[in-house]
Amino acid sequence: MPDLLLELFSEEIPARMQRRAAEDLKKLVTDALVERGFLYEGAKAFATPRRLALHIAGLPVKGQDVREERKGPRVGSPEAAIQGFLKGAGLASIDQAKIESDPKKGEFYVAVIEKPGRSTPDVLAEILPNIVKNFPWPKSMRWGAASREPGSLRWVRPLHSIVCTFGPETEDPEVVRFDVDGIGSGDVTKGHRFLAPDEIRVKRFDDYAPALERAKVVIDTDRRKDMILHDAKDLAFAQGLELVEDEGLLEEVAGLVEWPVVLMGSFDEAFLDIPPEVIRTTIRANQKCFVLRDPATGKLANKFLLTSNLIASDGGKTIVGGNERVVRARLSDANFFWKTDQQVKLEDRLEKLKSIVFHEKLGTQYERVERIAALAKELAPIVGADPELAERAARLAKADLVTEMVGEFPELQGLMGRYYATLQGEHASVAAAIEEHYKPLGPSDRVPTDLVSVAVALADKIDTLVGFWAIDEKPTGSKDPYALRRAALGVIRLALAGHNLKLSDIIWRHFARVREDAAQMQAIAHLAPVAERAVQLSAQGSDLAVKLLAIVREHHQDSLIEATSLEQAFYDYQATSDLLSFFADRLKVYLRDQGARHDLIDAVFALEGQDDLLMIVRRVEALGRFLDTEDGKNLLAGYRRAANILRIEEKKDGRAYNEVPDLQIVNDQGQIEEKILAVALYGEDGSREGARKAIDSEDFEGAMRALSRLRQPVDAFFDKVTVNAEDPALRANRLRLLNSIREATRTVADFSRIEG
Amino acid sequence: MSEPAHMNPARSFQGLILTLQRYWAEQGCVILQPYDMEVGAGTFHPATTLRALGPKSWRAAYVQPSRRPKDGRYGENPNRLQHYYQFQVILKPNPPNLQELYLGSLKAIGIDTALHDIRFVEDDWESPTLGAWGLGWECWCDGMEVSQFTYFQQVAGFECSPVAGELTYGLERLAMYLQGVESIYDLNFNGLDGVEKVTYGDVFLQAEQEYSRHNFEHADTEMLFRHFRDAEAACRKYLEAGEPKPDANDQRHLMALPAYDQCIKASHMFNLLDARGVISVTERQSYILRVRELAKACGAAWLKTEGGGVAA
Ligand SMILES: Nc1ncnc2c1ncn2[C@@H]1O[C@H](COP(=O)(O)OP(=O)(O)O)[C@@H](O)[C@H]1O
Ligand SMILES: [Mg+2]
Repeated sequence: MPDLLLELFSEEIPARMQRRAAEDLKKLVTDALVERGFLYEGAKAFATPRRLALHIAGLPVKGQDVREERKGPRVGSPEAAIQGFLKGAGLASIDQAKIESDPKKGEFYVAVIEKPGRSTPDVLAEILPNIVKNFPWPKSMRWGAASREPGSLRWVRPLHSIVCTFGPETEDPEVVRFDVDGIGSGDVTKGHRFLAPDEIRVKRFDDYAPALERAKVVIDTDRRKDMILHDAKDLAFAQGLELVEDEGLLEEVAGLVEWPVVLMGSFDEAFLDIPPEVIRTTIRANQKCFVLRDPATGKLANKFLLTSNLIASDGGKTIVGGNERVVRARLSDANFFWKTDQQVKLEDRLEKLKSIVFHEKLGTQYERVERIAALAKELAPIVGADPELAERAARLAKADLVTEMVGEFPELQGLMGRYYATLQGEHASVAAAIEEHYKPLGPSDRVPTDLVSVAVALADKIDTLVGFWAIDEKPTGSKDPYALRRAALGVIRLALAGHNLKLSDIIWRHFARVREDAAQMQAIAHLAPVAERAVQLSAQGSDLAVKLLAIVREHHQDSLIEATSLEQAFYDYQATSDLLSFFADRLKVYLRDQGARHDLIDAVFALEGQDDLLMIVRRVEALGRFLDTEDGKNLLAGYRRAANILRIEEKKDGRAYNEVPDLQIVNDQGQIEEKILAVALYGEDGSREGARKAIDSEDFEGAMRALSRLRQPVDAFFDKVTVNAEDPALRANRLRLLNSIREATRTVADFSRIEG
Repeated sequence: MSEPAHMNPARSFQGLILTLQRYWAEQGCVILQPYDMEVGAGTFHPATTLRALGPKSWRAAYVQPSRRPKDGRYGENPNRLQHYYQFQVILKPNPPNLQELYLGSLKAIGIDTALHDIRFVEDDWESPTLGAWGLGWECWCDGMEVSQFTYFQQVAGFECSPVAGELTYGLERLAMYLQGVESIYDLNFNGLDGVEKVTYGDVFLQAEQEYSRHNFEHADTEMLFRHFRDAEAACRKYLEAGEPKPDANDQRHLMALPAYDQCIKASHMFNLLDARGVISVTERQSYILRVRELAKACGAAWLKTEGGGVAA
């Protein structure tokens, strides 16, 4: 079957856009074809700096014929009806219609409309101009004399020519003729800008690709990448060196050449005193070159690899010489920054942070540093770090933002701070924390382990989250401009590495810090004792702020705290719960990604006051393990039975049975199984107490064990005892006993959320 | 016609300038002289900013001394100056072979494309103060940025119709490359040898030192703030005065160019104040916006002049 070849030849397409553009081209053309009923065998798109190309194999020569039958009026109908029918069906006279009959309607006319399938080139000529005109470039432009007219063609850079051919392998294909804003399609392209600038006439993809290859154009990005990587490794190997691989750079460089030629240059060994990351960054960012290392020592070598687009007549000597000069100038600059930066101590740079706005509503970097330092100091004892070191690290953590080096290469933030801190003799943990406090940057980034780093990393992220919550700039849908989801995930991963954080308290206090309100801090100190109670109230669905306010009024009538501070503290308390539920959502996403059962996560989250991420996860894990045991499964079954009976009876009676059962009734009138269950629940070693105690000491396995002791008594109870006893008092008490089972399980999780 | 040795761009800074001028003159450009005001880039010259607006065709080339107060390095950085030369070319509408013409100019100054790796690397140009942007590239020669190549899309907030192509050569850096020297100050200016040789440093080193002191330490900020306000006010005043009367037959604007001079002046005052470090981060944006407003108003006025396409 015939093939399509399409090439859009332009001035240099930005490297970062090429791959996506090729994919878009393929999708747009194939979708448009499929939509019109044209199926194909395969399609592949290509991109180089100067062209997008598309090959679609196995397209039919024309579309399918369509045959349609349309029922008409009865034979002998009035002339007007007949004429209407002919017109609608596109028939010239009624002779062209068939006559059919059916027992009900009698004889009637049927028009057979046959639409032959359209020829593929016609359809392509119709589809392609629109695709070119509406191509989804991230940025596009107008150009030349045509740009005098409104609505002139836009492309990523000026578009020069179009090749479009269609035809079978055996014959000469035909040029699919169309015109886009004055650019007519044809069968002529050009080779490499310098090595083969002449025009090339092409027939189909099978000769197009090799013709371009002869004209020093490799159309496949992945092949160019392979060539570069292969040559780079060879050149490195020949020098006893190893390529420092860099996939992002490789992809970019492959988008800057049509014919890659890798060459090696070198620089003065003295520059190797500059930190290796700096050398690599400057050579990569400014010159788009790879660096090399000595495989024995792992240290950078004074060599670099450039990818030129030319087979130069002098073997590349001039090109290497030119690149070496630029690299030398760049490294001199970097060396200058490195040396001058060391002349100012990090702490003396803090003043300058006052002129850097972090966010217009959240103040300067300086103010942010102050907050982070206070928070890091507060968090330090919780995570087991030295508070003084944490505070010091936090205070210096952003100082490198105003160094020359980070000004030039923002991606070196943190790392430069660490170098400068080490050079000025800071404690190793302080230096490490300056670099690591940005971590983890994403789901696969390393979580810092130095405890000072942990404290500062937590403080940095919590400050960001609280700040944006305070000004109500939360992520919505796909919009998360301040990467707040990432910050929350960072906190989660840090906490899960083994740190118990009572997040609600920490967050709530930090709101006051963000508002720089000392009076509010004081208000929080007063509110803290009632906060717990407020959480319970909120769980019962009441309006938190109102209840809280009432309680505080009651307890602190003589308090000197200003009313506005109190109110702000309430408001922040609500914001705290909101931020906590954001954490809860992120944690759920995280745990789900880790393969945890979402129903168990829900079962734990349904309990009130869950703000310690580590505990939540431990609980989910313990619950999962418990439910895998026989005891767990049976207890869950028992729970469900109890809950079912309760639901039905409570509904019937129109009341809840959530009071404590009357043990006297159990003793006096109860069956033996009932007594045993009551003891199991309420006795000295009873499950309720046992589970609660275990939970209090964060021993989830213990809590599950305590619950598992209920299993036999519950089973026996359901086996032998009739809940709906004749005696109403006995029945009510038995229902209360069932409720106690439900309650007991709630110390661990909300069993009603568990599935399966 | 063979060049005398001292005019060879590979050994003479002025030879480079003259070669580029001749080359672009052959492409039909009017060869202008630098604008007689302090500007940050050749783009500010009315021959680019204003001529880029409106329907009329236009081709010009010129050297423009460019002042970037913040780039001062007291004469100590080998490739960064607070006053340097740009060679500016504007072709409106851009001819379809502008890239070839550009490569031709490199050939004219002695860059052989069989030996040198020339690359067009994405670099979209934007001037927030001029309300202008365009798409294009940095042009690399063996890894060094030697020019900026831009297809103007918008200037002074107006869509360019037609689009102009703009080429900006950083002359000192290009000359360093051609002459094979490591510092701008070592450039041979006049192409002569021995006692007759004049270097770039002979001409400009003292100026770089003095102006760096001025830009960073001594420029009179109170005066600069005042001049900024004065220029802003004058710009608006001239625009107003040149505005056509509603009942007049002639609906052309009569003073777009003098008003635009004041916009240029305000922009330079802002650059000086910025270098002096007296404009805070938050204020910075508002100064840029104020200059942009002037540029937009001047662009609007220009579009009502003959140069902007209004029939006399
Ligand atoms: N401070 C400077 N000193 C010397 N040359 C410079 C300086 N800044 C830029 N250049 C040169 O001028 C050219 C144009 O500079 P660029 O910053 O791109 O100008 P524009 O503002 O017109 O875009 C650059 O390619 C570079 O070679
Ligand atoms: Mg530039």
